[in-house]
Amino acid sequence: MGKLGRMDLGQRAGNEAANGLSRRGFLMAAVGAGVMFGFPAARAAQQFMAPGLPGDGAFEPTIWCAIAPDGTITVNIIRAEMGQHVGTALARIIADEMNADWDRVKINYVDSDPKWGLMVTGGSWSVWMTWDVFRQAGAAARLALTDAGATLLGVPAAQCTTRDGMVIAGAKSISYGDIVARAHPTRSFTPDELAKLPLKPATERHLIGNKALKALDIPAKTNGTALYGIDAKVDGMVYARPKMPPTRYGSRVRSVDDSAARTIKGYQRYLVIEDPSEVVQGWVVAIADTYSAAIRAADLLKVDWTPGETINVSEKDIIDHGRAQIDRKDGGVMVFDDKGVDSTFAAAASTFSQDYTCASVMHYQLEPTNALAFEKDGIFEIHAGNQWQSLILPTLAKALDRPEKSIVLRSYLLGGGFGRRLNGDYMIPAALASKTLGKPVKLILTRSDDMQFDSFRSPSIQRIRVAFDGQKAITAMEYHASAGWPTQVMAAAFMSKGVDGKPYDPFAIAGGDHWYEVGPLRVRALSNDLANRTFRPGWLRSVSPGWVSWGLESSWDEIAHIQGKDPVQFRLEHLTGAGRNKGEAPDSTGGALRQAAVVRRVAEKAGWGRTMPKDTALGIATTFGQERGMPTWIACAAQVHVDRATGIVRCQKLSIVVDAGTIVDPDGARAQTEGAALWGLSMALFEGSEIVGGLPRDRNLNTYTPLRIADVPEMEIEFLPSTEKPTGLGEPGTTVIAPAIGNAIFNAVGVRMRHLPIRPADVLRALTEKGGAAT
Amino acid sequence: MTSFRLNGHDVSVDVPDDTPLLWVIRDEIGLTGTKFGCGIGMCGACTVHVGGRATRSCITPVSAVQGAEITTIEGLDPAGAHPVQEAWKDLQVPQCGYCQSGQIMQAASLLHDYPQPTDEDIDAVMGGSLCRCMTYIRIRDAIKKAAAATRGEPSNG
Repeated sequence: MGKLGRMDLGQRAGNEAANGLSRRGFLMAAVGAGVMFGFPAARAAQQFMAPGLPGDGAFEPTIWCAIAPDGTITVNIIRAEMGQHVGTALARIIADEMNADWDRVKINYVDSDPKWGLMVTGGSWSVWMTWDVFRQAGAAARLALTDAGATLLGVPAAQCTTRDGMVIAGAKSISYGDIVARAHPTRSFTPDELAKLPLKPATERHLIGNKALKALDIPAKTNGTALYGIDAKVDGMVYARPKMPPTRYGSRVRSVDDSAARTIKGYQRYLVIEDPSEVVQGWVVAIADTYSAAIRAADLLKVDWTPGETINVSEKDIIDHGRAQIDRKDGGVMVFDDKGVDSTFAAAASTFSQDYTCASVMHYQLEPTNALAFEKDGIFEIHAGNQWQSLILPTLAKALDRPEKSIVLRSYLLGGGFGRRLNGDYMIPAALASKTLGKPVKLILTRSDDMQFDSFRSPSIQRIRVAFDGQKAITAMEYHASAGWPTQVMAAAFMSKGVDGKPYDPFAIAGGDHWYEVGPLRVRALSNDLANRTFRPGWLRSVSPGWVSWGLESSWDEIAHIQGKDPVQFRLEHLTGAGRNKGEAPDSTGGALRQAAVVRRVAEKAGWGRTMPKDTALGIATTFGQERGMPTWIACAAQVHVDRATGIVRCQKLSIVVDAGTIVDPDGARAQTEGAALWGLSMALFEGSEIVGGLPRDRNLNTYTPLRIADVPEMEIEFLPSTEKPTGLGEPGTTVIAPAIGNAIFNAVGVRMRHLPIRPADVLRALTEKGGAAT
Repeated sequence: MTSFRLNGHDVSVDVPDDTPLLWVIRDEIGLTGTKFGCGIGMCGACTVHVGGRATRSCITPVSAVQGAEITTIEGLDPAGAHPVQEAWKDLQVPQCGYCQSGQIMQAASLLHDYPQPTDEDIDAVMGGSLCRCMTYIRIRDAIKKAAAATRGEPSNG
């Protein structure tokens, strides 16, 4: 047997695993041709994420699912699969309402198409957004199949029930597949009809909340067959790596010298990217036969740029600018501006005011951003993992100067999203390079390229002011925050309106609009325009609630201590569920009282108030997750030990209690909360960058240091039982960790940290100033 | 020309000697289960076995593996049912999954060296494998479960 034949055998292992999935109908990996001397066949290989189409004769009662004559149920998923097992969670909802046989359910991650409506995966929205739509679609399928099945069984539909993919009438039954095969149903439903369909009560659910089900996307992620954007291949493609300019915006290419790059075997040429959408400014890309040649050639390209105006901007400049914005009474947008704030402060017996800051944080999604772009049959195809197809499509249309309907985004698994891939900017240079060259281009950013132009979490500054009466009771509150506004920069149509009618970025202030009873409240959002000009501010896991909570929940502890009150009791006293905090059905039924319940439970769980070893303490924090309109009630008690000699903070244990309404996927919910909480811990103690010379300082793991396995504390997570509408779980776990740790540090050693991340040197400095450092 | 064995099969490649093994495996040979993460050997996503040892393929020049026996995630077990892979599925370890080929290859190597790994062993050996989804709790549990399964013990994990 020759080498080619042997290699083909060698690949069959992977192929069989892939075929196993294909039978399961989930993923198909078109495995590349085998290895030959010189490898022309390997380079010619195609490898695409295959759509999971339902096949001929399938019944599609709505656009969301299809029932094939063989009984296979294909569920269309318009959300990005990026670790949350979203396809499995959403498929459970529709399959449960259908009374489908779970073993026959498969997932189809769809390509972009206007018929799907808004394609975005973020905000911890997916389950919450899809809950009603998929239950209605499932009910429609169940109803249509029941009616058709009843006819085939020769009984009235009213005598039929459904279970495990069967329509049943007494001793007679028929499977959904057989109904489709024999009756060829074609029934469809109007939106009004869908909205009126009767839905199953919570007590009859068999898939929602079922702990025995496994995630459909996991097996392929254990054997190398899962396909990510970086794995997409097409015949005749060339590889590209960008050469990044010295500023995010405004850099102009003066000249390019590729004499050194030409010494690299496989280097073809360079391109200066001219982007009519102006997202990509001053990029040069190296084109090569292989990616390793493109990496080296880009390193050797000598590009002379005129840099943009932000070449000298620093992190401190941005924070100072934000502080100056907050200092001014004018400017910004009022999210809340209750009557009587100013007069109450003027009449206050005393006040509290503190500023809290957070450093830039990088996404470091493990798969560097990349895209494969080519034109085929008049359609421009972009193969890449992405979280917001509806946002980047119009930009691509502008960049390529062609109508949106002639561009399609093909879906892949995401090697991490965390908000990075909400911004699809990385598709643009691939598409423009392909357009110029007239051939497929696979563009991959190296890690340093990716970090240099990450849409990272903006540095932020927040100020919390509270007015007290003579008995130290809170009588009014002000919350101000300044940060880069991702939504203003990238998706202005998604801005919210303040009470003053002005637009603001809800993802740069949410969290400040809290559920505590404080009397008149002002919440003011400020767009840090220097940040917006310097980099492309991003949405990063937990967005503003991930840093707003740092200020708000730290200040809440500070105030409790000022008042001499227990921080848990103090929170409970202000989570009264009155007025605007009483909540609204169906999204926030119960309001602040549900937040009080998670606080109470976590205190009990963690043993709040017990005696702790020296320099060790618990700290508490609570949030409502991502937004008032979709609250996930969550509380955390963090147990930390502080080493007075080094300033090193060790988080020993995290106790977390969550009320996210109905839990659709119990194991997935736990996994998301584990990961989100550890992101919170990482941003509290381990990772954070700094803007230096207009760019983030850190470009790889040599200096950027996210949490690793040895840093993981003991964790206990509890979900309060609920049949309320499900809310989000991808991010809320992040929001509570940093303030719980900051509050625990104070309780352990008496120093108050007001900047994230908390570095040992800062703790040591604070201890020294207080005279509490070990010598 | 560099020749080595990959997943039990003879392979010869004609690429510059300093080409990283990662790109030879992914782009020349076409096996894409091995991933590109950091490019400097610090995230572990590119981990393969070279002569049975967990090796970062992104910083290994192909010339260094002349004559070596290399195993990638695709070749770890013919049915994808290595005890580590089974434990990974049982405990639902992967989230986005991008690091998991590397985690599994590193964990398989760990179990070879430490059939009964302690938490400290796991911290030391797995510390170089970054999981950005932070699936670390389950990685630890799954390693212990795979270790028990390999030793033929029942596991409560």
